[in-house]
Amino acid sequence: MATYQLTVNGERREVNVDPSTPLLWVLREDLKLTGTKFGCGISACGACTVHVGGIATRSCVVPVSHVGDRPIVTIEAVAGDPVGRAVQDAWVAEDVVQCGYCQSGQIMAAVALLKHTPRPTEQNIEESMGGNLCRCGTYPRIRAAIKSAAAQLPKGAA
Amino acid sequence: MTAPAIDRRGFLRVSFAATSGLLVSLYLPNALGQEAPMPAQQPKVYPPNAFVNIRPDGKIVIQVNRLEFGQGVQTALPMVLADEMDADWSNVVGELAPAADVYKDPLFGIQIVGGSGSIAHSFQQYRELGAKTRAMLIAAAADRWNITPDKCRTEASKVYGPNGQSATYAELAGDAARKPVPAKVNLKSPAEFRLIGKRVKRIDSRPKCDGSLKFGLDLDLPGMKVAVVAHPPVFGGRVKKIVDDEARRIEGVRDVFEIPLAKGTGVAVVADKFWPAKQARSRLKIDWDLTGVEQPDSTELWTRYKQLGATPGNVAVNRGDAKAMEKIAAGNRIVAEYEFPFLAHTPMEPLNTTVRFDGDRAEAWAGSQFQTVDQMAVAEVLGLKPEQVTFHTEMAGGGFGRRAVTDSHIQREAATIAKRLRGTPVKLIWTREDDVQGGYYRPMHYHRVQVGIGPDGLPAAWQHVVVGQSLLMGTPFESFAVKNGVDETAVEGTSDTHYNIPNLQLWVHHPKVNVPVLWWRSVGHTHNAFVMETLIDELATRAKLDPIAYRLKLLKPDAKKLLSTLELLDKATASWRNKLPPGHALGVSCHESFETGVACAVEVSIENKRPRIHRATVAVNCGIAVNPLTIESQFQAGLGFGLTQLVPKGAITLKNGMVEQRNFDGYTPPYIIDTPMAVDVHIVPSSEAPTGCGEPPVPVISPAVVNALARLTGKRYRTLPLVSI
Repeated sequence: MATYQLTVNGERREVNVDPSTPLLWVLREDLKLTGTKFGCGISACGACTVHVGGIATRSCVVPVSHVGDRPIVTIEAVAGDPVGRAVQDAWVAEDVVQCGYCQSGQIMAAVALLKHTPRPTEQNIEESMGGNLCRCGTYPRIRAAIKSAAAQLPKGAA
Repeated sequence: MTAPAIDRRGFLRVSFAATSGLLVSLYLPNALGQEAPMPAQQPKVYPPNAFVNIRPDGKIVIQVNRLEFGQGVQTALPMVLADEMDADWSNVVGELAPAADVYKDPLFGIQIVGGSGSIAHSFQQYRELGAKTRAMLIAAAADRWNITPDKCRTEASKVYGPNGQSATYAELAGDAARKPVPAKVNLKSPAEFRLIGKRVKRIDSRPKCDGSLKFGLDLDLPGMKVAVVAHPPVFGGRVKKIVDDEARRIEGVRDVFEIPLAKGTGVAVVADKFWPAKQARSRLKIDWDLTGVEQPDSTELWTRYKQLGATPGNVAVNRGDAKAMEKIAAGNRIVAEYEFPFLAHTPMEPLNTTVRFDGDRAEAWAGSQFQTVDQMAVAEVLGLKPEQVTFHTEMAGGGFGRRAVTDSHIQREAATIAKRLRGTPVKLIWTREDDVQGGYYRPMHYHRVQVGIGPDGLPAAWQHVVVGQSLLMGTPFESFAVKNGVDETAVEGTSDTHYNIPNLQLWVHHPKVNVPVLWWRSVGHTHNAFVMETLIDELATRAKLDPIAYRLKLLKPDAKKLLSTLELLDKATASWRNKLPPGHALGVSCHESFETGVACAVEVSIENKRPRIHRATVAVNCGIAVNPLTIESQFQAGLGFGLTQLVPKGAITLKNGMVEQRNFDGYTPPYIIDTPMAVDVHIVPSSEAPTGCGEPPVPVISPAVVNALARLTGKRYRTLPLVSI
């Protein structure tokens, strides 16, 4: 066991866990932030996507000991950011979700995309969202919601 | 219109709780004709016997007698009830009901999501509940204003009188609860619907987008422990010896012990949290006893299945002239062999169940499609009666059939572990590896078909052998669907084909194989529709007819749902299907399942040696479209699910009894790039009773895509998954 100081959603949080513990399980079980989901544990599905230092990251394969002082943003706080809010609103407006289990990860991936590429092409969308599985298959509405969120964002908002 | 009627012996009972308002309850007598017992439990925020709760603050809480796992029933059933009740939709809440007799499917007699029946079976039930609740509220208002009920009208959770009087449902709830429940009520005509038939947004969207919605896996209870189980490498293997010193040394590990499984035995690891449990499991050294355990091998299974397929089996259909084929020249016959592998469901939320055993009662939490069966299983393991087990229905991250298992193996594992940890809640988590390797797959199937083509280009003789494990033999459901050695779920979609095939012989073999199998969204239609729709397409091509026109010609005149969808598809695709760019091709299919007709057209090209689906157009006839928005979503996304059987890593295979895939790296469902870039959905207007939309999207897409590929390459694709084009 070791103690780690993490910056999660703008707050300093201290956890005492085994250094090998993936960030995902620290978020879910120690910090009770269960919006970030466990899907595969091998970074193949994207359900666990969070932002670490502003980069969309698969938290299921990042040991907590590797996080360092990079700030972490999870689905619970992404609405605090204009792009995050626009993406969440677009997801609701487009009625994207079905079971909803993968959507935290989809939204975190989409926010990261729009922060770097405010006017994404179909190809940008396919590349950035390409590793996020949705077993329900909501992909057509995910595409639509990303385009709709992009249209809502003022130029240069990102 | 016709709709499945709810049990006429059922009756409403109303109770009143000062703190929570009007409760409308529907009790169905049990088999002995006695009133169903009250489930023994402390309510969350409602008594579990009620369907409607009008709270003093105006909120109307409607109990949903189904699991919500994406299909949208948590929105649709409250819409149906709220419409007849004239409730203010902005104040309606849908809650997932716990296991209780009152929430059983009116037709199936158990609490279940299955057979695409949530709306089909509960539409009438929820309408009547809404209408009766409204009638009681009106009766209360009429009393208050000293007028007759027929002078009142209702809108948006208010009753209005003829002279400007008005009262909210919340104000009237107390009085309404003392009114007799009407035996009979008039239901609205479709023209009077305010919610049914409207594009209503899902009520669970926001909490699914901000991380606040709790799924079963997110459950957190005081003192809760987490368990994982080491399962045998071959189904049915037994623990011979456990060396667990290393596992027990991991901090946070509380216990390691052998448990019985549905087949064989395994080793449970209980820890404070998931990560130590998983680490400890990987450090266990287990010797497995595989004596007498069959170790199936996919290659050998194919050999065996093909040998079986060369012989007639049990007769599923014998129609017309069995010797018709002999009159057809060899050059006018198609002989086709199809291979379909085992498929895992892999819902996004890994399977889990939480149980706490308190000696004389227990509590369970599960995203279950099969509450009645799973509650009984937990009770049996714990030596309790089902009513001593409070069974909560948790929101589930997908399911596709995987959460309706006749042996309730997940719940049994969880209860077995909880029994040992008496008083402590235990959350059993199946990791993705457990899920991919743990069985309960869509069975592998082999089809061998010979089609004799008549001079008109239509099938004059059809001989068809299906080989695959039975889903239902040996289960409590055997008597429902197994007749004369034929499991109807293996041949559905062929045995009841709507094509006019006058001479049809269909045989089935059900080999016994040591792999647990299970219904996979749309069940037998997954493979039967593929076979039928690719062969029909080949016949259309040979006849040099448009694929839609050929199907319209071959369908029986009474196949109204399919005919109407094909006609709509014909119109909806007119703008694009004959004007495709070079390298793009059209693929068409149609299929009826669960009484819903579906026709599908896709535009496909080949990119990086894979099918690129530029667009799909779907036409649907599902009777009354309760929520067209949800139906549109179900079809858009359900096509993506259906593509699971086309993607190159869409197969579970076995070698020496062991599953060769471990996780999403080896068994890879469709990603965004594998699915249609855009899907437009067209619904045939209808006033007939609503039919299901959960499963019918799945069967049509794979045959449509390979039919398009056949136009591009000239090849026919009959072995799945589609490893190469």
